[in-house]
Amino acid sequence: MRTERIVNAGRRGFLKASAAISVVAGSGFTLGLWVRDAAAQGASPAAAVDPSAFVRIGRDNTVTVIAKHLEMGQGTYTGLATIVAEELDASWDQVKVEGAPADATRYNNLFWGPAQGTGGSTAIANSWEQLRNVGAAARAMLVAAAAKQWNVPAASISVKNGVVSGGGKKATFGELADAAAAQPVPTDIKLKNPKDFVLIGKHVPRKDSRAKSNGTAQFTADVRLPGMLTAVVAHPPKFGARVKDFDSNSVADVPGVRYVVEVPNGVAIVATSFWAAKKGRDALKMEWDEGTAIKFSSSDILAEYKSLAGKPGIVARNDGDAAAAMTGAAKTLEAAYEFPYLAHAAMEPMDCVVKLGKETCEVWNGEQFQTGDQFAVAQTVGLKPEQVKLNMLFAGGSFGRRANPAGDYVIEAASIAKALARAGNYDVPIKLVWTREDDMKAGFYRPAYYHTLKAGLDATGKVVAWQHRIVGQSIVAGTAFEGEMVKNGVDATSVEGASTLPYAIPNLAVDLHSPKVGVPVLWWRSVGSTHTAYSTETFVDELAQAAGKDPVEFRRALLARHPRHLGVLELAAKEAGWTKPLAAGKAGEKRGRGIAVHESFNTFVAQVVEVAVRGKEFTVDRVVCAVDCGIAVNPDVIRAQMEGGIGFGLSAALYGKITLANGAIEQSNFHDYPMLRFTEMPRIEVHIVPSAEKPTGVGEPGTPVIAPALANALAAATGKRLRNLPLTLA
Amino acid sequence: MPTLFVNKERVDISANVPGDTPLLWILRDSLGLTGTKYGCGMALCGACTVYVEGQPVRACQTPLSSLKTGAEITTIEGLTTKEGIAVRAAWEKLDVPQCGYCQSGQVMAAAALLARKKKPTDADIDAAMNGNLCRCATYQRIRAAIKEASKTLG
Repeated sequence: MRTERIVNAGRRGFLKASAAISVVAGSGFTLGLWVRDAAAQGASPAAAVDPSAFVRIGRDNTVTVIAKHLEMGQGTYTGLATIVAEELDASWDQVKVEGAPADATRYNNLFWGPAQGTGGSTAIANSWEQLRNVGAAARAMLVAAAAKQWNVPAASISVKNGVVSGGGKKATFGELADAAAAQPVPTDIKLKNPKDFVLIGKHVPRKDSRAKSNGTAQFTADVRLPGMLTAVVAHPPKFGARVKDFDSNSVADVPGVRYVVEVPNGVAIVATSFWAAKKGRDALKMEWDEGTAIKFSSSDILAEYKSLAGKPGIVARNDGDAAAAMTGAAKTLEAAYEFPYLAHAAMEPMDCVVKLGKETCEVWNGEQFQTGDQFAVAQTVGLKPEQVKLNMLFAGGSFGRRANPAGDYVIEAASIAKALARAGNYDVPIKLVWTREDDMKAGFYRPAYYHTLKAGLDATGKVVAWQHRIVGQSIVAGTAFEGEMVKNGVDATSVEGASTLPYAIPNLAVDLHSPKVGVPVLWWRSVGSTHTAYSTETFVDELAQAAGKDPVEFRRALLARHPRHLGVLELAAKEAGWTKPLAAGKAGEKRGRGIAVHESFNTFVAQVVEVAVRGKEFTVDRVVCAVDCGIAVNPDVIRAQMEGGIGFGLSAALYGKITLANGAIEQSNFHDYPMLRFTEMPRIEVHIVPSAEKPTGVGEPGTPVIAPALANALAAATGKRLRNLPLTLA
Repeated sequence: MPTLFVNKERVDISANVPGDTPLLWILRDSLGLTGTKYGCGMALCGACTVYVEGQPVRACQTPLSSLKTGAEITTIEGLTTKEGIAVRAAWEKLDVPQCGYCQSGQVMAAAALLARKKKPTDADIDAAMNGNLCRCATYQRIRAAIKEASKTLG
């Protein structure tokens, strides 16, 4: 590890500091527990005893809700605050939200055991009871304080819209704040009857809309600190390549450049501004050792996956005897599917600010995985995790990218700060900024997958056999999540949605190959469902056609034991007017309608897509979406997440494709990795199934359903079954 | 020493600032106006939309050397026009933003459209907004909010 200081721009003088920093691989801790289906299993998180961790009532009458989850657009600051405010009977206007620090003892995700983090659409689901208890406990403390002050029984006191009343007296929360804080935390907490909810299930404005409409919302990119320097890193051109040599002299003449620092995955240029750092990187002369780099291309990966698909994999599910039933079937169908790597491409490219002192390290980040990154930073800089302070900022999108068990960009920022500290420069805030190109090329993609599916129908058109094989890299292998999420060699994230297929098929087999490839992979909004929903829901559509049945009727018959799947299927079909003929298109235009239904993260979504086809071009005109996420905490946020999830899924369906050529990523920016634009957004109607079930998440489940629904609509319009993503009629 | 007027404030740019420095980084790094965002650096996403002499431009592709001395720059922080106020109010009313990172650029583009055309058609809105990417796909609400803002402008 080398740190080279540009003492004086224009002169050839360097302070050479040799610093041996051990390169950290992984975050160095293991999750003790991962309850992925905790909500479904009825797991009941323990009540928080101390409401002060989650809510602060100020003398100025503000109610500050401390959000333990990252706000990355999904609306969780609003959702978490709604739950607290409901039980507290606060006025929505007096509620503010701030991000919690990294502290897994208070802010762990209750579905992730001892780890704090946001993912798997768990924020509302794991916080539901915890925050209801917080709100109710704080309310009881306000009531107890008022009862004491007014000398009236607590039972005679009511709280409404931020005002405490009783015995002819009234007080605001602010007026009671000090007295309430002195009350003991109640042990017997009474929660509201849901029929008395005044905020949950109603429309409340988002807490972040104003700051996000006037430019004041603070993202990591916006952090400014005295003496802060900006770092840009030259990353390897191919995954696995290493720094061979670099010439600091080559950047000595670039104004503003202060340091050249070798980091685990490249060479950082540290400068007084982004532009200076970027120009420094452009000028840097360096050589890479590609001896250890991957050198294959996407076509090689696909060929290997196809070859693997010819052999049995590790069994993920095996009901009945699929092979025997297939032999006895009256009719069989087969299909194979190709899914490319996908980049998250959040609008805010990865960035992180680190300030390393002798005894403390402070991090500013839109942090999706606090505990993992706290450990990773601590290990990188040689401090204890509790010496790493994390300041939460908004994330300009994430979609899973900022929840990286490998901690890549966070470790990179910490490594730069560490290298500077080794050279004696403590307490210099370093803002690491990735360019769009860095963000697109540095990996951690949704893995590429190859699926084969085979099914057998009997003479009456009933599905008697189903064989599903999936080939693709494991996301969690080698990470802290492996112990809990890989069972008997099967990475749950590779097969979810396929191994959990809800259809009543007596003989059903799903197996998996998880080859090691060397391309960095990561979860991407809706994870396994991004590919399993596509293959299963388009294949079921083909089976319906083969059986001569209507796609809705065919699914309905197979979902008798899955009322929530059925509920969204029927609601979407009804609202879309499924049984009525689709209006004809313009001259030369073919129209088609398709449906898909899928559950992910215990939320059920069905979508009906209407598409218009002109030659090889098509437009998505309308999407009718039905969602069942239990109690709808914020109906408008749910609608927004369905709209956004559909748009995100459409980007992948229409364009998403990251490819490798001889080990190098071919895409670099939005011209060659396009995303859905304004004029391509379909009209979306969202319908929420009324429910008394516990709430589940909505950040992800809207995404995986759109591509299969669209493909089914295209098949209805053209007769063509598209099996490779992204979808083209060419 | 080039002089700019940024949100009506005079800014003298020191002579040693390289002429190829994009306006985006002068705003963000030198002036601390961080509401204008970096998204692509290639004028592909619109997150850095600001006005130069009242016209929306991509600050990431506007080098300092291309700006005339005395050029009037308006950023999200200085968007005080009635269209800007109406757009921001509509954005809030309809809860347009999700992650919010692109929204400064969206607001600037929408306000520029309404300043040019009080009652835009869907086609006008398409033309004005198609260059602004939103990875959260808030497009449906952006369209509705532009119509809402147009309505409030009378």
